[in-house]
Amino acid sequence: MTRKLLDGVPRRGVVALATVLAVLLAAPLFANDYLLTVLILILYFAYAGQAWNVMFGFAGQLSLGHALFVGLGAYVSAALYVHFGVAPWIGLGAAIAIAAACGASIGFLAFRFGVAGVYFAILTIACAEFARIGFDHWSWLGGSAGFFLPVANYARNDLWNLRGSPAMFYYVMLGLTVVALIACRVLSQSRVGYYWRAIREDEQAARTLGIDTFRYKMYAATISAGMTSVAGVFLAFYYNNLFPEQVFHILRSIELIVAPIIGGAGTLIGPIVGAVLLTGLAESLREALDLLGLDVPGAKQVFYGVCLLVVVTLVPGGVWPPLARALRLTTRHGS
Amino acid sequence: MPAEIYLNVAVGGLLTGLVYGLMALGLSVIFGVMRVVNFAHGEMMTIAMYLAIALFSALKLDPLVMIAPIAAVLFVLGYALQAGLINPFVNRPEHMQFILLLAVAIIIVNGLLIIFGPDARNVQTSYSFDSFAVGPLIIDATKLYAGGAAVAVAAALFMFFRHTRYGIAIRACADNYTGALVVGLDVKRLYALTFALGAACVGAAGSMLVLFIDVTPTLGPAYTLLAFVIVITGGLGSMAGALAGGVLIGMTEALAGLLFTPSAKSMFAFAILVLVLLFRPQGLLGKRLT
Repeated sequence: MTRKLLDGVPRRGVVALATVLAVLLAAPLFANDYLLTVLILILYFAYAGQAWNVMFGFAGQLSLGHALFVGLGAYVSAALYVHFGVAPWIGLGAAIAIAAACGASIGFLAFRFGVAGVYFAILTIACAEFARIGFDHWSWLGGSAGFFLPVANYARNDLWNLRGSPAMFYYVMLGLTVVALIACRVLSQSRVGYYWRAIREDEQAARTLGIDTFRYKMYAATISAGMTSVAGVFLAFYYNNLFPEQVFHILRSIELIVAPIIGGAGTLIGPIVGAVLLTGLAESLREALDLLGLDVPGAKQVFYGVCLLVVVTLVPGGVWPPLARALRLTTRHGS
Repeated sequence: MPAEIYLNVAVGGLLTGLVYGLMALGLSVIFGVMRVVNFAHGEMMTIAMYLAIALFSALKLDPLVMIAPIAAVLFVLGYALQAGLINPFVNRPEHMQFILLLAVAIIIVNGLLIIFGPDARNVQTSYSFDSFAVGPLIIDATKLYAGGAAVAVAAALFMFFRHTRYGIAIRACADNYTGALVVGLDVKRLYALTFALGAACVGAAGSMLVLFIDVTPTLGPAYTLLAFVIVITGGLGSMAGALAGGVLIGMTEALAGLLFTPSAKSMFAFAILVLVLLFRPQGLLGKRLT
C-alpha cells in the first residue's frame, strides 16, 4: 500500500514529505497560540482546496460555489449537535451524506443537460446563493441572526464532542489534511483518476474512447462535495458561530479556490503549497500593516487578487510544478 | 391588496429591469464578440457608481447628466483593461479568463472598500421623491428617467452596431474570427473597443442605478451574478435577449419582493436561471450554441 502510494516519488520527495510532517506534528510543542491559529487556517485551506481540486483539478469542472458544501457540512453537524446532542463525528456522516447528495444532484442536473464550462460555474454560484438566502430565512437554524454552538471549555479537551484547545483542533485539521492528501493520491492513481484527467483534457475524446463521462463527472462532483463538507463541520465546531451571510457567501467560495490555483490545480501538493504561501503571506502583510499602525480592512483581499492575477498571467499552471522541478522533487506523473 | 399595487410594482420592476438590461447588455456584447465572460462586470459598475456619488457629493452634478462622462471614463478603463490584461487570454481556456477577471473583481471590490469605506452611500436629488400619476398608476420619477435613459443608450448601441463601420467590423470579428483577420481587420483593437463599449454600457447603467439603490463596495459580486442571470436567461450574445432578460428579472424581483419578503427576492431570479439552464440553455432569445 505504502509502496504503491509513493510509487514514482523520488527519495528526496519522500524525505521532504516526512520532514514536513514531523515538523507539523511537533508544532504545538513550540508554537504559540497565534502561530497555531495561522497553521490551522493554512491546513483548513489546504484541505478545502484539496477537496475542490478533485472536481476542477482532476475532472476539469469549475465550481465557484463550494461554499455551499462547506455551509451544508457546518449547518448539518451543528444543528444535530445543538438540537439533538449528536456528537460531531456522527454528525459528520450526515453532513457528508447530505452534501454529497447535493453535489450529486447539481452534477446530475448540469451534466445531464450538457451544462458545462462557464455555465456550470454560474450554476454552482447560483445554488450557493440560493442556499445562502434560504438559510437566511430559516429560523430553526437561527436565520440571518446566526446559529451558535455552546462555547468551548478550553480547560479540558473533549475530542469526541470537538470541544477543546487550539492544539486539539490543530491535530484534527492536520489529520484531515493528511487523510485528504492520501485519498487524493489514491484517487489520482486509480482508474477513475485517469478517466477524470482524460475528461479534463478533452471530454469529446474521452467519450470516444468509451469513458462514461457523465458517470465519472458525477463521481467527481459527489466526492468533492462530500470531502468539502468535512471542512464545514470543522469550521462550525472551531468557530462556534455560523452566519449564512458568511459561510455561504460567494467570497468564501472564491477564497477556497485561490490556494489550489496558485499552488497548481490538478496537482496533489499544489493546494497545500498554495495555502501556505497565501495564508502565510497574507498574515505577514497584516502583521506588517499592524506594525505601521494601519488598519486596512480590504488589504488582504486586494493582496489575494494581485497574487491570483500574477499567477494566472505568469505561471498559469501554478507555482508548484516549476518549484518541484527546481527542487528536483517531481514525480514521473508530474504530481 | 388592491390590484393597483401589483401594477405599480410591476411597472417599477419593468423600469428597473431596463437598467438591469443595459448592464447585462454590456456583458452580452463582450461575450458575443470575444467569447470572454467578464466576471468583473458588476464590480466595474460599482466603480461607475462611486464616480457618480463622488461627483454628486463634491460638485452637485446630477448622475443623469453625468451618464455620458461616466460612461466615457469606463470606456477608457475597459479599453485599457482589455488591451493591457485580457488580450493575451483571449485564446486561453475559458476558466483561465474567468480566474483572471475574478482577480480583477476582487481587487476592485476591496480597492473601493479601502478608498470609500464599508458604509452605504446614496444620492438624493431634488426629484428623488417625485412621482407621476397616470390613471391609477403611480410611477416613480427617478425610475422613469433611468429606464428611459437606459432605452436611449441601448438604442444608440444598436445603431452603432448596425450602421457604423466600426460596429460592422466588430460584428465581422464576432461572426468569423479568421475571416476578420484575413480581410485585414485589426482584431486586437476591435476587441479592445468591444470591451470598452461593454464597460461604457455598465458605466451608464451604474450612474442610473445609483439614483435608487444604496451603494456599498461589496455590491459588485451580486450585480455580476445578476448580469449573468439576465444574460443567460435572455441568451448569451443576444442584444435583444439581454434587455428582455433584464425586464423579466426586474419584474420578477419586484413582484417577489412584494409577495414574499424583499430579502428573498433574488432567490426567484436564481430559480429562473436554474430553470433556463436546464430546459433552454441557449436562453430565451439566444441561438443554439455550438
